[in-house]
Amino acid sequence: MIQALLSVGLVAGSALAVATFPRSVLVFLLFQGSLLFVYRARIPEWLRWSLLAAALLVLMPVIGYFNSYYLEVATQVGIFVALALGLNIVVGLAGLLDLGYVAFFAVGAYSWAIVGSPHANIIFGGGFPLAGWWFYVFLLVGLAVAATTGILLGLPVLRLHGDYLAIVTLGFGEVIRVLANNLDKPINFTNGPKGITPISRPPTPFGLPYGEYFYFLALLIVVAVVIVNRRLEDSHIGRAWEAIREDELAARAMGVPLVRMKLMAFACGASFAGVMGVLFSAKQVFINPESFTFLESIGVLAMVILGGMGSIPGAIVGATVVTVLNLQVLKGFSLWLNELKNAGVTVLGYSLADLPTQFEPAKYERMVFGVILVLMMIFRPQGIFPARRRQRELGG
Amino acid sequence: MDVELLIGIFPQVLLDGIILGFMYALIALGYTMVYGVLEFINFAHSEIFIVGAFVGVEVMLGLKSVGLLESLPWPVVLILVLLAGMAGSGLLAVTVERVAYRPLRNAPRLIPLISAIGISFFLQDMIRLFESLWRNAFNLVYPTLDVLNLRFELTETLDVSVKSLVVIVGALLMLWALHLIVNRTKVGTAIRAVAEDQAAASLMGIDVNRIISLTFLIGGAMGGAAGVLFGVQYGLINPYSGFIPGLKAFTAAVLGGIGNIPGAMVGGLVLGLLEAFAASYLSLLTGGAFGAEYKDILAFSLLILILIFRPKGLLGEVVRERA
Repeated sequence: MIQALLSVGLVAGSALAVATFPRSVLVFLLFQGSLLFVYRARIPEWLRWSLLAAALLVLMPVIGYFNSYYLEVATQVGIFVALALGLNIVVGLAGLLDLGYVAFFAVGAYSWAIVGSPHANIIFGGGFPLAGWWFYVFLLVGLAVAATTGILLGLPVLRLHGDYLAIVTLGFGEVIRVLANNLDKPINFTNGPKGITPISRPPTPFGLPYGEYFYFLALLIVVAVVIVNRRLEDSHIGRAWEAIREDELAARAMGVPLVRMKLMAFACGASFAGVMGVLFSAKQVFINPESFTFLESIGVLAMVILGGMGSIPGAIVGATVVTVLNLQVLKGFSLWLNELKNAGVTVLGYSLADLPTQFEPAKYERMVFGVILVLMMIFRPQGIFPARRRQRELGG
Repeated sequence: MDVELLIGIFPQVLLDGIILGFMYALIALGYTMVYGVLEFINFAHSEIFIVGAFVGVEVMLGLKSVGLLESLPWPVVLILVLLAGMAGSGLLAVTVERVAYRPLRNAPRLIPLISAIGISFFLQDMIRLFESLWRNAFNLVYPTLDVLNLRFELTETLDVSVKSLVVIVGALLMLWALHLIVNRTKVGTAIRAVAEDQAAASLMGIDVNRIISLTFLIGGAMGGAAGVLFGVQYGLINPYSGFIPGLKAFTAAVLGGIGNIPGAMVGGLVLGLLEAFAASYLSLLTGGAFGAEYKDILAFSLLILILIFRPKGLLGEVVRERA
């Protein structure tokens, strides 16, 4: 009862606080924290889900109305949640460490970017860009293309294990990036480092602004991905994956079809990234290879590891925390420092105005990822929200 | 196609390939030695390598600011810088092992690898943080010594600069020293024993932890030397410029047979030559359709193909599988 009251109070209070201080990062973090509290609190299920639905479907768009940047952050969080859930299948469930995961995201993004922009005229002659509604078709095309790429990657690496597999997937990710960077000749497919723009957007229903539209679409995809993930986890496929992760030899002896299951893991993981890639390219209007670097692959890996490999709530929380850390905490700190600098504040006799100009706290994503990975591996390899099955194992 | 041009640039490309190859060989040693004793890919080795370059540039700039860069004889300067880079990288490698790998030694195999990736990213930004606070710049240029840029014209189409010679001689000296340490000393015997069988080695009275630290020290120092030579040869360094050479050197180590020290040298040279030829000839042979950028794809495809079809590499022994 107390927790129920507290949940309602927290969500309402933090939403009100965001409305009152639309610029404060801390308050927005409080809002996100309240959602996590609701998810974990001991309250009736109907209350939990209606609170979460109200927060995500009503409060968040309203907040976004006052400060569109928060909606942008929320959409990014949605994109990364889907990516983390996809990687979670490959790394968390099937135990195949994939260091080039962002390649599938890139494949999805480029599949829509090329035909959804005038750029395709260079390759196929006239008739492009395709009309906006093709975007919905391409959500599926992106899924299929990415899944196929996943199988194509999976086929040759079936025999590899552990760290060799990791390095090969890393190499694969780099190959895709270098290709995106250089396939502007002999035939101009990707327009090289200059990237592709303008990428068409679908017509929005009910005259929704694009900020809200992409937020809802991302949310819808995330919900679909979560449902697929949950169903997979407890199906014979999910169990087969986990069997492969724990002991490949034993799994094969028990009749798990290794080849099919591994390929399926790659294809499933890749398909989520492909769908989000299509959404990403339409949302950004412009894409270039810079968005698909090794850094992004490791970022998604850090999300999965932080939350807990193999755990769905873990992947969601991990993706949220890391994205918010990068987009808001680092940037917020940077802005705050700049304000202090301009105000001529001194700390312990050291004038902040003397800080070197190259010292930009917003640029230290890698340090964040690195610290997360190392600390988690040393102190809590099972993650913040360990997968249920793993928790049982470790609990003895 | 201009055949004369193709033949004309051949010696120069060969030389560039050899220089690049020695660089890769030196870095690859760090990967291969650690893999030999721990069966673990030290992903952070690329940053240990670039830290050597940064220590080197700091020493050079330091010497320059007190006016010693010009007044000391240039071989002394180079040796000083090389030693500093080796010390910095070697100590860093030992520290990294102590902090981030040793606690995970008995964990499942992917756990230390992920930790190593974390260290790699962490170090990149640590270098950036340090240099931007200290110099307000993290793209640093190696100060030039006039003598290093002198070029000898060997033939009409082939000339070689002093710094290229320095790189080749330096790399050869390092490789020779390493060969002596590993094959002619007691410590070297201990390293080989630990690589062969840790439990048996410890029963023979070898302090396994100390030998592992020592392996990191030696591998790191080689990486540091490579870092300094990299800076001398190419001039410009930044905290992220270690990553791709590191990955290439890892490819070289795998190519030669990971865990195998002569293999790393052979793999480095082969990869260096392949890359140099791809960089110069690909665009000439395809009429500009595929440029020098595809040398990266070549290296990574090579890595993928070797891992799939001949994981033991060119000179490798059979690699033991461990879950």
